[in-house]
Amino acid sequence: MNRPNSRRSAYRRQMDRWFHAIFLGAVGLAVAALGLLLWQVLKDGLSHLDWQFLTSYASRRWQQAGIMAPLAGSFYVMGLTALFALPLGLAAAIHLEFYAKENWFNRLIQTNIANLAGVPSIVYGLFGLAIFVRYLGFDRSILSASLTMAFLILPVVIVNTQEALRTVPQTIIQGAYAMGATKWQVIRTVVLPAAMGGIMTGAILALSRALGETAPLITVGAWVFLTYLPVSPLDGFTVLPIQIWYWSGMPQAEFQSLAASAIIVLLIVLLTMNSVAIVLRNKYQRKAEW
Amino acid sequence: MTTESRAAGAFAIEHLNLHYGTHQALHNVSMEIGARAVTAIIGPSGCGKSTLLRCLNRMNDLVPGCRIEGEIRFGGEDIYAPGVDPMEVRYRIGMVFQKPNPFPKSIYENVAFGPRINGHQGALDEIVERSLRRAALWDEVKDRLRESALSLSGGQQQRLCIARALAVEPEVILMDEPCSALDPISTGHVEELMSELKRDYTIVLVTHNMQQAARVADVTAFFLSGHLVEIDQTNVIFATPREQRTEDYITGRFG
Repeated sequence: MNRPNSRRSAYRRQMDRWFHAIFLGAVGLAVAALGLLLWQVLKDGLSHLDWQFLTSYASRRWQQAGIMAPLAGSFYVMGLTALFALPLGLAAAIHLEFYAKENWFNRLIQTNIANLAGVPSIVYGLFGLAIFVRYLGFDRSILSASLTMAFLILPVVIVNTQEALRTVPQTIIQGAYAMGATKWQVIRTVVLPAAMGGIMTGAILALSRALGETAPLITVGAWVFLTYLPVSPLDGFTVLPIQIWYWSGMPQAEFQSLAASAIIVLLIVLLTMNSVAIVLRNKYQRKAEW
Repeated sequence: MTTESRAAGAFAIEHLNLHYGTHQALHNVSMEIGARAVTAIIGPSGCGKSTLLRCLNRMNDLVPGCRIEGEIRFGGEDIYAPGVDPMEVRYRIGMVFQKPNPFPKSIYENVAFGPRINGHQGALDEIVERSLRRAALWDEVKDRLRESALSLSGGQQQRLCIARALAVEPEVILMDEPCSALDPISTGHVEELMSELKRDYTIVLVTHNMQQAARVADVTAFFLSGHLVEIDQTNVIFATPREQRTEDYITGRFG
């Protein structure tokens, strides 16, 4: 083929190969780092991971120490966090998408919600300490922790929910209005069912972020040595990341292995939640091909 | 106002001006739409024909920045009068859209939607069957009412949307280019249906397709850049239009 600028095209092919190599290298590096981390954790932690580890309380003797309290605490805190953050986030997102008028005030709110999603989590911890622990007098409790976590994930929940609501096609929304439906009927009968998959996916991902948070709960006052299961929301608590953080700071190597074992449990819980999110997304995506 | 336009199911539009923000989409439109007939609105893209259609059931209320002046009377009542509930207007005046837009629910639930949101008590099976029969879809779907409406073909979906509109017993069906997303055979089904339905309903049909207007409409109105150029019996519009612009458009000289 007679191409006048074949030298230039050879150069472009060369550059193409180089960039391909760079991108491949970046992926390889990320996967390698993750693999190394996983291998390290599994090597240290697998040996302690047994039923006794899952069903024992904290102990000064590493042979008897377990994660029953932090595991239960994590589920308790996450449950309450979901209870507070999800309805509030859903309602706020519905307001912003369907009721808020297009003006500077609402644009300001919208921008600030996006900004809040980027605020460091320790700041939420200090907010929780000041408001829930001290001012409202909930003390170092599950309630304080879940409210703090709820505020931490609220901006993410709102933004995710808005995204999900926006994926509902205008054509079917208009179709519902044309039947004489009120705004709330349109939202309840058409928009929410159609957006539910996306909303739940976003909610699970937000919760799984909260599950791994440590800093705000240290600030709010999680315990590190609990020998009972929390019952009332006003009971003291600990969660898995806190336990991991505490054990990994102990001088004895055995406790550091226990930290690795707890990390494995945390990772399993996180991966399970994320898989559920993926399954939900795929299921609803298939259903939602209009 | 003639007595004809006061009849149930008939519209009288007077001096209608519509602005989207600073853009004026309709200029001083006055026309009548007879009951129990098919009125077609034709014209090139952007001429305001869909906008006019959406004035008739107050769907333009949902568009931010949309301003309407003038009067639209439906059966003698001004539908833009203060105190008129737009939901009530939309309940009485059904609409079928350009692209079939069934809800992501079952076939049954799509048809039952209107009666349900309007607080219908009691059995819906009968309404669902009657509406689907009238939309000439019953025989094709009667064994799969619980399946998703999205499993139907495009033409079936559009007839389902017509059944959905019929389920609340409206007086009018507005159709916004209802066949533009359909193949010729499905288009034929929908056109037959229109001829069938006009015995009981007022039908206002916005269409891009002049042959379609010629086939199904009793009266045809021609719009150009937001102005009503001409409205007359369909055979008059297509055979002996008064306006040069109408003739130019229908003979394909522009548009």
